[in-house]
Amino acid sequence: MTFEQLAFYFFASVAILAAAMVVTVRNPVRAALFLILTFFAVACIWMMLEAEFLAIVLILVYVGAVMVLFLFVVMMLDIDFDQLREGFAETLPIGATVAVLVLLQLVIVLTSGPFELEQVAAPVPAAADYGNTHQLGLLIYTYYVYPFELAAVMLVLAMIAAIVLTLRDRTGTRSQKPHEQTQVKRKDRVRLVKMNAEKKN
Amino acid sequence: MIPLSHYLALGAILFSISVVGIFLNRKNVVILLMSIELMLLAVNINFIAFSHYLQDVTGQIFVFFVLTVAAAESAIGLAIIIVLFRRRHTINVSDLDSLKG
Amino acid sequence: MQEEMKMIYLAVPLVCLIPAIVAGLFGRKIGRIGAHTVTILGVGLAFFLSCYVYMDVMDGNTFNGTVYVWGISGGFPFEVGFLIDSLTASMMVIVTFVSWMVHIYTIGYMHDDPGYQRFFSYISLFTFSMLMLVMSNNFLQLFFGWEAVGLVSYLLIGFWYTRDTAIYANLKAFLVNRVGDFGFLIGIAAIYATFGSVDYSAVFASAPSLVDETIEIIPGTSWNMMTFICIMLFIGAMGKSAQVPLHVWLPDSMEGPTPISALIHAATMVTAGIFMVARTSPLFELSETALSVVLVIGALTAFFMALLGLVQNDIKRVVAYSTLSQLGYMTVALGASGYAVAIFHLGTHAFFKALLFLGAGSVIIAMHHEQDMRKMGGLRKLMPWTYATAVIGSLALAGIPPFAGFFSKDLIIESVHASTIPGSGFAYVAVLAGVAITAFYSFRLLFMTFHGKPRMDEHTLHHVKESPWVVVVPLVLLAIPSVLAGFMFMEPMAFSNYFEGVIYVSEEHDVLGAIGSIYEGKTGFSLVMAFMLHGMVALPFWLAVGGILLAWLFYIKKPELPGKVVDSVKPLYNVLVNKYGFDDFNQTVFANGTVKIGKFMSEYGDRRLIDGFFVNGTARVVEAFSRFLKPLQSGLVYQYAFAMILGLLGLMTWFLRVAQG
Repeated sequence: MTFEQLAFYFFASVAILAAAMVVTVRNPVRAALFLILTFFAVACIWMMLEAEFLAIVLILVYVGAVMVLFLFVVMMLDIDFDQLREGFAETLPIGATVAVLVLLQLVIVLTSGPFELEQVAAPVPAAADYGNTHQLGLLIYTYYVYPFELAAVMLVLAMIAAIVLTLRDRTGTRSQKPHEQTQVKRKDRVRLVKMNAEKKN
Repeated sequence: MIPLSHYLALGAILFSISVVGIFLNRKNVVILLMSIELMLLAVNINFIAFSHYLQDVTGQIFVFFVLTVAAAESAIGLAIIIVLFRRRHTINVSDLDSLKG
Repeated sequence: MQEEMKMIYLAVPLVCLIPAIVAGLFGRKIGRIGAHTVTILGVGLAFFLSCYVYMDVMDGNTFNGTVYVWGISGGFPFEVGFLIDSLTASMMVIVTFVSWMVHIYTIGYMHDDPGYQRFFSYISLFTFSMLMLVMSNNFLQLFFGWEAVGLVSYLLIGFWYTRDTAIYANLKAFLVNRVGDFGFLIGIAAIYATFGSVDYSAVFASAPSLVDETIEIIPGTSWNMMTFICIMLFIGAMGKSAQVPLHVWLPDSMEGPTPISALIHAATMVTAGIFMVARTSPLFELSETALSVVLVIGALTAFFMALLGLVQNDIKRVVAYSTLSQLGYMTVALGASGYAVAIFHLGTHAFFKALLFLGAGSVIIAMHHEQDMRKMGGLRKLMPWTYATAVIGSLALAGIPPFAGFFSKDLIIESVHASTIPGSGFAYVAVLAGVAITAFYSFRLLFMTFHGKPRMDEHTLHHVKESPWVVVVPLVLLAIPSVLAGFMFMEPMAFSNYFEGVIYVSEEHDVLGAIGSIYEGKTGFSLVMAFMLHGMVALPFWLAVGGILLAWLFYIKKPELPGKVVDSVKPLYNVLVNKYGFDDFNQTVFANGTVKIGKFMSEYGDRRLIDGFFVNGTARVVEAFSRFLKPLQSGLVYQYAFAMILGLLGLMTWFLRVAQG
């Protein structure tokens, strides 16, 4: 067994085990942490596939941002997780059956042969000066520039949407409203009253 | 040398696990979201494996976009969970049947 | 020059349309005097322009072209175009002249009517429509004019829209005309299908080469295309020109004001059918069958409608039935291929029939809108002008030389006599008999109205006086052509190349040529004299004189005689009074039948089938189905997600097992 194979099977088993834990553990915080572990293991496998850029992105963006967001949310909400696990055992047989069927079908496809080394040869390892990021960049900024821009727009959209959804107008707080302040007219604030001069007693 | 089918098998197993996850945690929205992330990850593994074995970077571009969409999706999904919790004080999916009309 | 003439052609209809719009929309602003001033000026201008165009055409300047393309749909152009030739120019002069007279006359007749401005607007609009009809150079515009005159006729018959009878009459006119128009439309469609064009010149040019074209309407029977087209067109003409059995609307249309009866139902609109057949003579000449149909229908109309004129007591209805009969004469002339004679009679008839109607109107004014002749009599001295003109009109109608009607009617009879088309023998007998009847009923009208003892009450008699000058002047002006038009236009219209290149008559149908050969070598006055002398010794003249004498005997000499005759032939009299039962037949079969079918369709077709089965049935099926499906909508998102996953599984299975084999 070469080092490469060893590394692959190690990371693969870690990913599978961690994934299994994600869906079975009682505490969502631990589930999130196991998901992080899965992502790590998969990122390592991507490294082996010479997809360094995406592996790094997976860790930086996913583990660094998204998963932390998950953790935040889970910890912030005061949730009775035990109650949510009701019926866990009842659905296990259906879920397991469906999953086994899906797996079975995928295995049938895989073992039918077209993906073995004889059909798809493993490529020659890239040279030392090969840059995956460089290659990706060349494509993204030329051929895929419009989809890329769209993706950027979508991220902004997601950001705005998340803010708008969670924004809460608290009543009773005091804050400055600059746009209202600049639009004030005199008649809003000062009322001139005409009245006769009073006589001194 | 590791054949392509092994990578694909890994993807298939992860996908099946996430399907099980959706069934098991049908009441917990947070775990549901995590299962969906896991599913997308499985798909991404396939993309990258094919991209590597077929020597075509375009597959990785797809992964790039999938990651973008997944990030946006989880951000909005979590925001919805927060709003939901604020309103109903629960994230139990079986309580959410107002779609029934 | 060409451009100038084009402007004039365009101006003729427009000077009628614009006053119509002005009087119609701004009638209240411009008042009564304003309304009749603009319309009379407009139509008068149209008349003088028409005369100018007529002179120009006589100088040999014809025109055929498009003035405006309205739109193009699927390569089919909708064009407004003018075809100006001798036929068009003659019609323009007749239409605008009679219309102008009627406009002036209306000032007097409608004097006290609250709808004064509306009336002027309508009659100007009618003149416009009729001009568009006669000036058109394609079938589409012809159809436009055709429908427009129909519409205006509808509006005018129902002018006194508060009267039930008027509303009934205008609805009847509209519906009966629909029947004809439907045939006409099919005819136009068939023309377009056969020739690929609706332009007169294009259609007529390619007609001879397509003479053997056939059409299968009922599978298995093939008809000659030309015959089909011509008969369809003639059905249109039957509706508009009131030929049996589509004549029923015309007598009822007397519900409209009298000027309208004169303008539309005697002089112009009803002649549209005659005009159209003459215009499409190159098509009719190709089908002997169609000509034969035209001939027989015309003869039936001429004879049987004249008989009905004998028993009417309403002064306007007598004239109306005489119009029907005279239209029958024109149709007979068309059927005998004497198109030129038909147009000739159309012209003379327009003058003397308008004169008779306006004269009847003058009497009606004097009698305070009493129309029953049994309550008239002895008006001769009280209304000398009306009487004199009515005599001229009656003599012209009866066909006494040298009045206009004599020439045209005699030519028709001669044409039928010379014709060899199947049915011409019957037609000859019918028109001959018609002459005597015509003379009888027209003088019956004259004698009952103007002679004998006054039969009205004292009060009315006391107030009878000659009509105002606006009524009398048109009568006089119409009386002049009623006398002169005959011998002025007989030679040019019937025996010269007047209609050369306009009306086409094939060699074997050339009845006018045959008649003309009798007077070989005579021209001008000598021709007219020869024709008159020939007419005086022929049968029709003596029949007419006999009819007049009989009328004199019945209504002057022995007034008790008519009653006795009626008693002796009571069944026949009843048939005539019931107008051969056409109206009853239409009422029971078509009107009631339609109502019954409508009720049946409403109950079974609409309420049971469409509403009950299709509409409510669909709703019920959907309801039953959705009751079964309803539990699926639980509102629980995770169940939907499960369904999606199961669906995914199913798709995967299908893809692996089926799609991949």
